[in-house]
Amino acid sequence: MRDVAIIGTGMTKFGELWDKSLRDIFVEAALKAIDNSGVKKIDSMYIGNFSGGLFVGQEHLASLLPDYLGVTPIPTTRVESACASGALALKQAFLEVASGFSDIVLAGGVEKMTDIATNEATYGLAAAADREYEAFQGITFPGLYALIARRHMYEYGTTREQLAMVSVKNHKNGAKNPNAQFTFEITMDQVLNSNLIADPLRLLDCSPITDGAAAVIICPAEMAKEYTDKPIKIIGVGHATDTIALTDREDITTLKATVEASKRAYAMAGIKPEDIDLAEVHDCFTIAEICAIEDLGFVKKGEGGKATEEGLTLIDGKIPINPSGGLKSKGHPVGATGIAQVIEVVAQLRGEAGERQVKDAKIGLTHNLGGSGGSVIVHILEVM
Amino acid sequence: MVTGVTVPKTWREYPQRYRLEANQCIKCGKVFFPPRLICSKCKSREFKIVKLPEEGKIFSFTIIRTPSSEFKEYSPFALAIVELDNEVKLTTQVVDCDFKDLEIGKRVKLVFRKIQEDGPAGIIAYGYKCVLAKL
Amino acid sequence: MVGIVGYGAYIPKYRIKVEEIAKVWGEDAEALKNNLLLEEKTVPFLDQDSVTIGVEEAQSALRRALIDPQEIGAIYIGSESKPYAVKPSSSIIAEAIGAIPQVHTADFEFACKAGSESVFVCYGLVKAGLIKYGLGIGADTSQGAPHEALEYSAAAGGAAYIIGEEDTLADILETFSYTTDTPDFWRRDGEFYPRHGGRFTGEPAYFKHVLGSAKGIMKKAGLKPNDFTYAVFHQPNGKFPLMAGKRLGFSMEQMKPGLVAPKVGNTYSGCSLLGLAATLDVSKPGDLILMTSFGSGAGSDSFVIKVKEKINKVRNLAPTVQEMLDDKIYIDYGKYVRYRRMIRS
Repeated sequence: MRDVAIIGTGMTKFGELWDKSLRDIFVEAALKAIDNSGVKKIDSMYIGNFSGGLFVGQEHLASLLPDYLGVTPIPTTRVESACASGALALKQAFLEVASGFSDIVLAGGVEKMTDIATNEATYGLAAAADREYEAFQGITFPGLYALIARRHMYEYGTTREQLAMVSVKNHKNGAKNPNAQFTFEITMDQVLNSNLIADPLRLLDCSPITDGAAAVIICPAEMAKEYTDKPIKIIGVGHATDTIALTDREDITTLKATVEASKRAYAMAGIKPEDIDLAEVHDCFTIAEICAIEDLGFVKKGEGGKATEEGLTLIDGKIPINPSGGLKSKGHPVGATGIAQVIEVVAQLRGEAGERQVKDAKIGLTHNLGGSGGSVIVHILEVM
Repeated sequence: MVTGVTVPKTWREYPQRYRLEANQCIKCGKVFFPPRLICSKCKSREFKIVKLPEEGKIFSFTIIRTPSSEFKEYSPFALAIVELDNEVKLTTQVVDCDFKDLEIGKRVKLVFRKIQEDGPAGIIAYGYKCVLAKL
Repeated sequence: MVGIVGYGAYIPKYRIKVEEIAKVWGEDAEALKNNLLLEEKTVPFLDQDSVTIGVEEAQSALRRALIDPQEIGAIYIGSESKPYAVKPSSSIIAEAIGAIPQVHTADFEFACKAGSESVFVCYGLVKAGLIKYGLGIGADTSQGAPHEALEYSAAAGGAAYIIGEEDTLADILETFSYTTDTPDFWRRDGEFYPRHGGRFTGEPAYFKHVLGSAKGIMKKAGLKPNDFTYAVFHQPNGKFPLMAGKRLGFSMEQMKPGLVAPKVGNTYSGCSLLGLAATLDVSKPGDLILMTSFGSGAGSDSFVIKVKEKINKVRNLAPTVQEMLDDKIYIDYGKYVRYRRMIRS
């Protein structure tokens, strides 16, 4: 297998993009990535999209998007793994380049969620859970994570305030991110007084419903310098699955797919959690970030809340988490999130993160999770 | 718009939703709800039908305040993961209770209730919810 | 001897008091309570209907009967609040308790008598030797029109009976039905609320048929009121059954255990069956019970029931009516109209 590098990135602003359709936002992000990389042609595309069908009634993105990007007849593959669709697109693109099958591949993600009412989007999002045994019974995504949060509080003493601190931190970071959906800071009080969504989780514990697209261009590492002075190498890829339903797990506070995927990524990269300089993790809800930093091995199980409280995860902390603002502040267009996480790490490793810059960032990790932990893909990136 | 209540699917789920039918791996004894074709633990493909116990305890719970459209008239409602007496866990609503009475560890009993309807003219999907057990 | 092998009652947990309803319409709660002998009534939650209530009753009856549901040969349900105008409720209940597929089921309607109807037919089939066990269910979630007399009494609940010949907990010694065509209370197809003939619902309807049926069965069986331990009559309110019983020669002591209306309201098709269940809950082996139902339209089914030893063994295998009466949550009028879907979101 050849080494693979990222040579260009591009994304739309994330938010409620009323004026733009699914195909509009994908093409915008893809063109930015192509321009940023300087490539003249691409050999193939991988697109992460959770549900064009449920949100806008559009499938067959594998034809629509290369058509509107003007790159037919190249092969295009739409992949889906709920909220981990974006990272899955990158993983598949990586394999196609690493194997020697293609040279220049675009890995993108797109989701257009605001064309339907919120409660219809809730129905669509529930497709990432077990439709017949969780969603049918009345569960929503905030509900699933609320079940995890309450159990985490019961087993480890994690507090309501510690959850709120995740949100406060991520908004502070997101305020410095021009592409973020929410560029305002929030206070602990605001989080604790925001509307209850699924007790104990409140509005400001939950990532929003967002439109957005993001794309990266990858090529064999040996060609990277033809296109950019700052190529970023993909040194670790880990992918694992777990039960779709929360009820089929022994311990709902440990997301085993995160543990397994990160183990595989660390092994491939030949590094340990301590070697990571920053990570973009999947904070679909505040509790998810707390579980992620435990399950990725950055802190001991049960100590995620404490670590957040002690400031370990701030941009200038011991292990900066979600310098982009995370899903909470940047937004969560489901299929695009995984790619957007990669774009932040690339910017950080290139030293181009502006006010969000983590000092001396050499190795970064992205953690993209589907549903309530049914699938996870972890990537580890390093300055070349 | 597709709803969760379509005729063949609702009918096919009766053994589980009406009668709590699970299956048990004959080789290693693991119980699956809903029933499976292959045991995820020992990979055996031989099962026998078993009925789940109707009592258990609350493993975790939440109050759903922003449900998807089919549950609008019930909002807000309590939803729990219930650990039944045979250690199988279910996702189910908790009804006939004050939210403040919910606690991890409290005993509950499963009851037969309406879960969803396909509007006022469509079919009714019945199934299981739970109530706090009297001590 | 053919009789009751198992019985089960169910009433929903929510209650609304007469005062709460009277407050909204500016009516005199004390006068209403005294005239009707009603204090509060049951209110089903949004997710309950006559089918879910029927299933709860049937499950309790099975717990006391200790039989394999596959041996049930017929299942009938009487209700005036069926969730489907066309599609049987009885088949849903058959499916839920695992009695399918070798079973005959049907839904009955005869206003408040439909529950006793179901039991009556099961009795006949068992006696004829055509089925081993029959399950007869009365269950309702009736609506009373707002600002109308029936709003104080229309309630939800009922009971189910498994009839068989072996190992009964009570025997059915005699039955008697009394029917005429009498337009005292009705609901036209498509209408949401029923209508009634006001004072006409008394003498020409309720009293004529209840007294006619009760006198008829006592004559047929050669029994007098003194011979009975208990008497249960259909209870549209607390007043009517006591008046009927008094006119027949029964005492307050005989009627008290079966008088559930003051705390439950009128559970329509489930009504007299629920009163009978409450009576069985406190009865002793050897007790003789008269039950007379009443359905508008109109008719009354009577049963003479003799309690046997087995009642002591199985009574506590399922919730008693008193346990369910004590397990309640009071709601206000706003929640009441919400749970009854009189206002929709």
